[in-house]
Amino acid sequence: METCRDLLIILIGSSLVSNVVLSQFLGLCPFLGVSKKVETAAGMGTAVIFVITLASAVAGVIYRYVLTPLNITYLQTIVFILVIAALVQFVEMVLKKYMPSLYNALGVYLPLITTNCAVLGVALTNVQKSYGILTGVVNGFATSVGFTISIVILAGIREKMAYNDVPESFRGMPIVLITAGLMAIAFCGFSGLL
Amino acid sequence: MNRAGERLYNGLIKENPTFVLMLGMCPTLAVTTSAINGLGMGLTTMVVLALSNAIISLLRNIIPDKVRIPAFIVIIASFVTLVQMLLQAYLPFLYDALGIYIPLIVVNCIILGRAEAYASKNPVIPSLFDGIGMGLGFSFALTCIGAVRELIGAGQLFGIRVMPASYVPVSIFIMAPGAFFVLAALTALQNKIKRAGEKKGKDMSKIQSGCSEDCMNCKESGCSHRFFGEDKKENENKEGEVK
Repeated sequence: METCRDLLIILIGSSLVSNVVLSQFLGLCPFLGVSKKVETAAGMGTAVIFVITLASAVAGVIYRYVLTPLNITYLQTIVFILVIAALVQFVEMVLKKYMPSLYNALGVYLPLITTNCAVLGVALTNVQKSYGILTGVVNGFATSVGFTISIVILAGIREKMAYNDVPESFRGMPIVLITAGLMAIAFCGFSGLL
Repeated sequence: MNRAGERLYNGLIKENPTFVLMLGMCPTLAVTTSAINGLGMGLTTMVVLALSNAIISLLRNIIPDKVRIPAFIVIIASFVTLVQMLLQAYLPFLYDALGIYIPLIVVNCIILGRAEAYASKNPVIPSLFDGIGMGLGFSFALTCIGAVRELIGAGQLFGIRVMPASYVPVSIFIMAPGAFFVLAALTALQNKIKRAGEKKGKDMSKIQSGCSEDCMNCKESGCSHRFFGEDKKENENKEGEVK
């Protein structure tokens, strides 16, 4: 049974305890690439929340009502990746046409998300842990909120770090990775929550 | 046959996907908690890479240019599914250890990158060897990183204790933060080599500063994002010409 308590545990577990970037290493590309400014990081985070929540709902429905009855669940990887790619294109077109203001805010980030491994990762995790559709959506939402939290924090640290004198070899990516590592240690502290 | 050897050397040393091109960082960080896991992941990726390169090269004249990316993804995803089933049947311990990262091979930049940069333009045999070479390079890199993490984090190598009994393992190295620290050290080393090379006036443009730095500007090695953006630009150009 899907009780409120289970959903709450999934919500905290997926967003903080097993954070998608810092402990599962999914979605590293945007995490490291689009985290130079807090503003863009927040934009990326919002777009990811939007897409992952939607994608986990669509993937859940397809898995339950198309793949399972036809007994072709082994095709999940192929089906999910095509569905996600199509979904992102579709969302982009719909937003452009009907919600131009939202499109202006999120539009740049949408094509980048198509191949974000976090989206496929969430859809596959939902199936692997045999979550129902509602639980799957909650899990997708929580995971993407976790992504947004960590990318915004990293962007904040990077904005401050721009004024620091970093050793020559460590400039650029290495220092960002060390920051991410320290954040991962900090997030280990959440493991006592559950 | 010479060309095949050149491809193997290219993938293993000259354009090593992890150490030189910095591609496919998600699995690199996630599964390298021990040398054996790294090796398993590397070899699995190699099989997928070699087979999909061969098939894509066979079909390169049939697939229309406009739908090539979705077509490549379907081919790659089919092989990933096949390999996943084989692992589940014959190597269940590896299947359990790698878990969700096996299906996620589909979105590994290396595979789509090689399909686009090499297999879609070259004959079958060199493409096959390009896949094997790149896969070997990836396996080599993952095994190295896994070995370092296992040695520091657990005092073992391939599951056998090698450090003296008095060594206290720094267990953070086999946990998530350790992956970031090891990769940070690796990229710092790469920066240093690149700087030193540039001072001597060598061409170091092949060494990427990390696909992760900015996926959108990833050069020839090809992060998959690039293709979507490029397609649009091409289309815009074409439209412009028509006008």
